[in-house]
Amino acid sequence: MPQQLKRLVVLFAILAAGLLAARHFLRPATFGERGHYRSAAVTTVAAQPIHYAGRESCAACHTEIVATHRGARHQTVSCEVCHGPAAAHTESPTENRLPAPRERGYCPLCHGYDPSRPTGFPQIDPVAHNPLKACITCHKPHQPEPPHVPQECSACHGEIARMKAFSHHALLDCTRCHATPVRHKVTPRVVRPDKPRTREFCGGCHASDARGPKEIPRVDMETHGGRYLCWQCHYPHYPEGK
Amino acid sequence: MDERSKPVAPPAEEICAERRAFVRTCSLAAPLLLLGLRAAAVRAFAGADAPYDPKEHYYGMGVDIAKCIGCGRCVEACKTENDVLREPFYFRTWVERYVITPAGETVVDSPQGGIAGFSGTTSEKGILRTFFVPKLCNQCANPPCVQVCPVGATFLTEDGVVLVDRDYCIGCRYCIQACPYGARYLDPRTHTADKCTFCYHRVVKGLLPACVEVCPTGARVFGDLKQRSSPLNRFTRFNKVQVLKAHMNTEPKVYYSNLDGEVR
Repeated sequence: MPQQLKRLVVLFAILAAGLLAARHFLRPATFGERGHYRSAAVTTVAAQPIHYAGRESCAACHTEIVATHRGARHQTVSCEVCHGPAAAHTESPTENRLPAPRERGYCPLCHGYDPSRPTGFPQIDPVAHNPLKACITCHKPHQPEPPHVPQECSACHGEIARMKAFSHHALLDCTRCHATPVRHKVTPRVVRPDKPRTREFCGGCHASDARGPKEIPRVDMETHGGRYLCWQCHYPHYPEGK
Repeated sequence: MDERSKPVAPPAEEICAERRAFVRTCSLAAPLLLLGLRAAAVRAFAGADAPYDPKEHYYGMGVDIAKCIGCGRCVEACKTENDVLREPFYFRTWVERYVITPAGETVVDSPQGGIAGFSGTTSEKGILRTFFVPKLCNQCANPPCVQVCPVGATFLTEDGVVLVDRDYCIGCRYCIQACPYGARYLDPRTHTADKCTFCYHRVVKGLLPACVEVCPTGARVFGDLKQRSSPLNRFTRFNKVQVLKAHMNTEPKVYYSNLDGEVR
């Protein structure tokens, strides 16, 4: 073997040994066990303290309230939504007492009117709805049945009501077009209101031969609209035309 | 017929001895077999006490846009649970409000991430349709943030969650740039990247993520995709679901139903 090759072999051997030694000392202990990461980091993340105890832990002591809450409309609302994180409370209940929001500002976080909220979600106008009265004087937060069945459709369908109020149909009652069973107010998602099912329903006012003021726009029901019901093109809560 | 191929019956005593041996073996083997079955059954039903095995889980989340009321309780709970800075630029989850005007313009806002709700203002330009979109880390199965990390400090766990190794993150911000969902931020206290962990510390203990726990309308659904009966599997079975920025090929595990095409 030529001498220079020998030297090279020695040099490379030293380099390789150095590399292996460096890798041995520099590589984190648990790196590469499960993938290209330190698996000890997973343990670190999993060891983070818990603040929200979960609704199951409330039931251990507050049996009565939990039982009331279970069948009520707020059953999907976890205790900690209103009362805040409860992990510290579950460990020493008397030292860490939880707040109960009683002021008027809290409930509108969910129930204040906002057009972006899904229609049918109960919303009120926080300015106009029984001003200065705390919500809990009329509504029990754990079992929030309204003190009386809402008389106005706008209690839940605020966006439609507000839109209709500015439209040509402002003076029409909702029930003029929607046959609304009484049960809809109690179980709104199970029993739903009706919609007009014939073209003739709208034709009662808008057909060319309909009786009524001449300001009402008229169409020839024979030729206009074809296969569609009127509300499949015209939005009745905000019809076009000025 | 050939003489050799004829079956030769063994003597009667030999058959008896064989039968006795067989019965003896069976009577010895049966209790052993039963013991083995019992041990297997005990192991199967002691699932609750068994140590957490990440290989048995694969987490995902469902978000139903039609149920979100924009109350911001998820944002509040997330900040409390995970000690996220209160300043309005650090969010692990946040809620956006989309307003699409009759002219076709899309206006998106998220005041303070929606932590204090949204003041119910109506758009001056009118509203064609409007809704809230809760956002968070999409826990991609093909995460760009993990690809770009030069030190292996962010990674995908076996149960499908993207985590950050705080002790090895060098704060280079590559992952923040790479995330197409804007779900990461640099924590100024530690100078390391931080993000939603699906509340990993809660999930491994069988609790729900804090945002799911407090969502009052059930707009957020959390579940294990490897478990046949989980709320998430019901969610994906009965809804038409979409993911955000599917064209990026990140394979997100946050599934949205009733998602509008304007949402980016």
